Amino acid sequence: MLKIVKYVIRDIIRSRIIIAYALILLAASFGLFNLGGDVSKGLIGMLSLVLLVVPLVCLIFGTIHFYNSYEFIELLASQPLKRGTILMGEYLGVALALCGALLLGAGLPVLLYAATATGFTLLAVGLALTLIFVAIAFLGAVATRDKARGVGMAMLVWFYFALLHGGLMLLILFAFEDYPLEKPTMAMIALNPIDLGRVVVLLQMDVSALMGYTGALMKDLLGTTTGIASAAGILTLWLLIPLALACWIFRKKDL
Amino acid sequence: MLVSRHLTKSFGRLRALDDVGVSMERGQSVLLIGPNGSGKTTFIKCVLGLVIPDKGELTLDGTCLLDNPTLRRNIGYMPQIGRFPDHLKVGQIIEMMREIRRGTHIRSDEDLIDAFEIGKLAHKTARTLSGGMRQKLSACLAFLFDPEILILDEPTAGLDPLAAEILKEKVRAERAKNKLILLTSHILSDLDEITSDVLYLIDGRIRFYRPIAELFEEHGDPKLGRVIAKIMRETADA
Ligand SMILES: Nc1ncnc2c1ncn2[C@@H]1O[C@H](COP(=O)(O)OP(=O)(O)OP(=O)(O)O)[C@@H](O)[C@H]1O
Ligand SMILES: [Mg+2]
Repeated sequence: MLKIVKYVIRDIIRSRIIIAYALILLAASFGLFNLGGDVSKGLIGMLSLVLLVVPLVCLIFGTIHFYNSYEFIELLASQPLKRGTILMGEYLGVALALCGALLLGAGLPVLLYAATATGFTLLAVGLALTLIFVAIAFLGAVATRDKARGVGMAMLVWFYFALLHGGLMLLILFAFEDYPLEKPTMAMIALNPIDLGRVVVLLQMDVSALMGYTGALMKDLLGTTTGIASAAGILTLWLLIPLALACWIFRKKDL
Repeated sequence: MLVSRHLTKSFGRLRALDDVGVSMERGQSVLLIGPNGSGKTTFIKCVLGLVIPDKGELTLDGTCLLDNPTLRRNIGYMPQIGRFPDHLKVGQIIEMMREIRRGTHIRSDEDLIDAFEIGKLAHKTARTLSGGMRQKLSACLAFLFDPEILILDEPTAGLDPLAAEILKEKVRAERAKNKLILLTSHILSDLDEITSDVLYLIDGRIRFYRPIAELFEEHGDPKLGRVIAKIMRETADA
C-alpha cells in the first residue's frame, strides 16, 4: 500500500494544482494575520477560511482525482493486489498530499503569528476535515460511475455542509423555540463535520462572545475538555464510516 | 489450466455473459472475437477480477481466481485503453510496477522494453505520451513479469506496423514457451497467424470455440476474416 501512496503523492505534487492550493492558502493566511492586526481576529478569519475552503478543495480534488485515475486503478486491480489495498493507497496518497499543502499554506502562518493552543487546534481541525472530506469524496466517486454526476454530487455535499446545514439548523431552532432544544441541536451539530470543527476551535478559543449559540451550548453541557473530546470522537466516526463504506463498495465494484 | 464454468454476468437487465464455459490450456493462443458488445471485454475482466460475475466460477489450475487475488501474479494484462497517472514519468511507472510486484515473480522480461526503445521515453511524463506510446508501455508492463498467462485486449490497435510486428513476434515466442495467450481483436487478418483457437461470442453466449486449423479446413479457406464472415452470413440466413 505504501508503494502506491508514494507514487500517488509524486503524481499529485507534479500537478501544480496542489501547489496553487498551498500558495493561495498561504497568501490568504498572511493577509488575514496582517490586516486584522490582532492575532485572535486573524485566527477567527483563518477559521472561516479553513472551514469553507478545505472541504471544498478536498471534495472536488478527491473526486476528480479518482475519476482521472480510473484506468490506472483498473490496471492496479489487475495486479496481485487486494482491492482494499488499492483504494486505501489512493486515498492516503490524496489525503496526505492535501494535508501537506494545508500544513504549508496554513501551518506556516500559524507557526509564525499564532503558535498557540488555539492556532494548533485550528490546524488539527483543518487536517481532520481534509481526511474526512477526501474520504467522503472517494465514497461518492466509488459509488457513482459517471464523472459529471460525481463532481456535481461532491459540490452538492459541500453546499449542504458548508451553507445549507447551518441555515436549516437555525430554521429549526426558530420554529421550535418554545421547546427544550439542547439535545436536538447537539445532534444536528454532530451531523455536520464542519460544525464540529468550528465548535472544537471555538471551545478552545474560549471567546464566549464569538461562540454563538451552538458553542455556548456545547460548553454549558459538556465543558471544554469533554466537549472537545466528544467532538473529536464524532469526527473520527465521520472519517471511518465513509472510508469503510467506500472500501466495501469498491470491493464489489465492476471496474 | 484456465477454466470457466457457467460464467454469467448481467449489467442491469442486460446479459453481458450468459453461461460461458470454456477450458484453456498452456500453449494455446485463443482469439476472442464477436460483434461489439458481445461480452469479450467482460469475459477478460472477469478473469482478471475486475468485473465480479453473478454466477459461475473461474479457476486457475483448480484454484478459484475470484477469492485469490495473489493468483493474478501469473497473469499479464494489456488493457484496451492504457492510461497512467498524468504526471509520472514512464521510468517511474515501470519502477512502480516493479515495486508492486517485488517478490511475486522469478524472472523479469525486458525484451519489449528494449525492442520498443522505452528507455528513450523514460523521462517523458505519461500525459505527453501518444496513443501508440501508451500501448507500447502497456504491452511492456504486461510482459514484464514473465507471466504464465497473457491477456491482451486489442493489442495491435494504435501500434505502427513495425511495433505491431514486434509485438506479434513476442506473442509467438511466449506461446512457444508453453504459455496461455488470450487476445481480442476486430481486425481478424491481423492476428490469425498467432492464433491457435477461436472463441466466438454473440450476445454473451459462446457461438463456437474451435481450433483455427479446423475452421480453415472445414471452409476450405485460410483467411480467418472470410471464414468468420461466411459463418455470420450462414447464421443470419438460418
Ligand atoms: N460496467 C458496465 N456497466 C453496464 N454495462 C456494461 C458495463 N460493461 C459492459 N457493459 C455492457 O455489456 C455488454 C458487453 O460489453 P463488452 O465490453 O464485454 O463488449 P465487447 O465484446 O468487449 O465489445 P467491443 O467489441 O465493443 O469491445 C455491452 O452491451 C456493454 O454495454
Ligand atoms: Mg471490448
